[in-house]
Amino acid sequence: MDFNLFWSSLGPLLLGAIQGTIPLALASFALGLLLALVVAIMRISSNKLVSGLGRVYVSVIRGTPLLVQLFVIFYGLPAVGVKIDPWPSAIIAFSLNVGGYAAEVIRAAILSVPRGQWEAGHMIGMSRNQALLRIILPQAARVSVPPLSNTFISLVKDTSLASLILVTEMFRVAQQVAAFSQEFMLLYLEAAAIYWVICLVLSTAQTRVEKRLDRYVAH
Amino acid sequence: MLPTDKLPVEPVLQVRGLSKSFGSNQVLRGIDLEVPRGKVVALIGPSGSGKTTILRSLNGLETPDAGAVTMGARDAAPSGRKGAEKPLTVDFGAASPSKKERARQLAALRDRSAMVFQHYNLFPHKTVLENVIEGPVYVQKRPRAEAVAEAEALLARVGLLEKKDAHPFELSGGQQQRVGIVRALALKPQLLLFDEPTSALDPELVDDVLAVIKELAEEGWTMVIVTHELAFARQTADEVVFMDDGVVVERGPASQVLRNPKEERTQAFVRRLLHEI
Repeated sequence: MDFNLFWSSLGPLLLGAIQGTIPLALASFALGLLLALVVAIMRISSNKLVSGLGRVYVSVIRGTPLLVQLFVIFYGLPAVGVKIDPWPSAIIAFSLNVGGYAAEVIRAAILSVPRGQWEAGHMIGMSRNQALLRIILPQAARVSVPPLSNTFISLVKDTSLASLILVTEMFRVAQQVAAFSQEFMLLYLEAAAIYWVICLVLSTAQTRVEKRLDRYVAH
Repeated sequence: MLPTDKLPVEPVLQVRGLSKSFGSNQVLRGIDLEVPRGKVVALIGPSGSGKTTILRSLNGLETPDAGAVTMGARDAAPSGRKGAEKPLTVDFGAASPSKKERARQLAALRDRSAMVFQHYNLFPHKTVLENVIEGPVYVQKRPRAEAVAEAEALLARVGLLEKKDAHPFELSGGQQQRVGIVRALALKPQLLLFDEPTSALDPELVDDVLAVIKELAEEGWTMVIVTHELAFARQTADEVVFMDDGVVVERGPASQVLRNPKEERTQAFVRRLLHEI
């Protein structure tokens, strides 16, 4: 192993993480969550058309590979005249993907709030929307933390796929250095180690948040 | 608090022919009920007799298939909803209205009644005080300072003022239920509904909660209480209604129905509950 190369490539890789992987994951997760919230609320609507639309969306997203979604947006759409740059393409694809998975998480979390909570909300005079907003969603949010953290951790790793549509995130930097130095094993293990450290930090944070929030949920 | 000197004893609640089925199971078969202002009616009967369904219908948590519910004009409408100064009748038998209209009717029922749940159903993510002022502030749009002052006074009455910043999970079941009662009172309803308020409690916590309810009865609140506590019903209720299998089997003054029931089914039920003690 070439330790000089290890140290000299650490800087560019970390820069790739800070400038690529992390902002890509954060932006996609934030947008994806918003989308997921809308889709989850569509899914529990009593309007069949609305809930059906939500169901189809979730089904398509979960039933197709993320890489294919990414390629359709970046390489496919130009064929119909829609050209999107690598970064926005990646954010769109990842957001849509997170939207599909997280929608199911949020929907399940909403359904896990005991019916008595809806009823107590109605009892004090709330409409369905008021009860959803002030009583149900805050509790659902707390129930959602563990599964959504998992979604986020998966997303951090999945951002490596963006290298395939020319987004300069950490893995693309690793590929470039590896191609130049021919030290494939070193560079890919180094990238793997950085992903691992990021995920370790995230899951430690997740455990802490879970412990704090669990008490405020109706069981 | 409500005035206790109510000269013309107008009914706060009138129920006519209330019926409800869940699938093929008919849980209410034409219930009539009348609760005069300031009176306490206890609904007793075996589980599955329909008592809770009546209560839930009065609070708009169930939609009966037939029958009508009339709630009297309320003295003050804290929420400022229009029409609160007139009696409200919801006819569930009438050709089913639009979803929006039905929701409006149920909301109008809730505007006049407040419910205390068997399992308290406090909001776990809110503090005790926030639980109590949620309705007054966010639904009824009353000034926050006023709602807080009232909530604190009510919490002090049930001995829980020092718990106002606690979350429900930090309270015992009895304390949670007293908060549940305060949350209902804070809405300033004209009718209080209690759905087996003590049956989820450990035995040693029951008395505190019953004492609070008894006090409210003495103060002149109009209440319907579903309960299995016969001694409490005898001491507190003006009228006891015994239900079985979706019908009212017997009704009358508490002492009479519980001490000298006329109907065989009532006798059997009362005997069974007394033997359990």
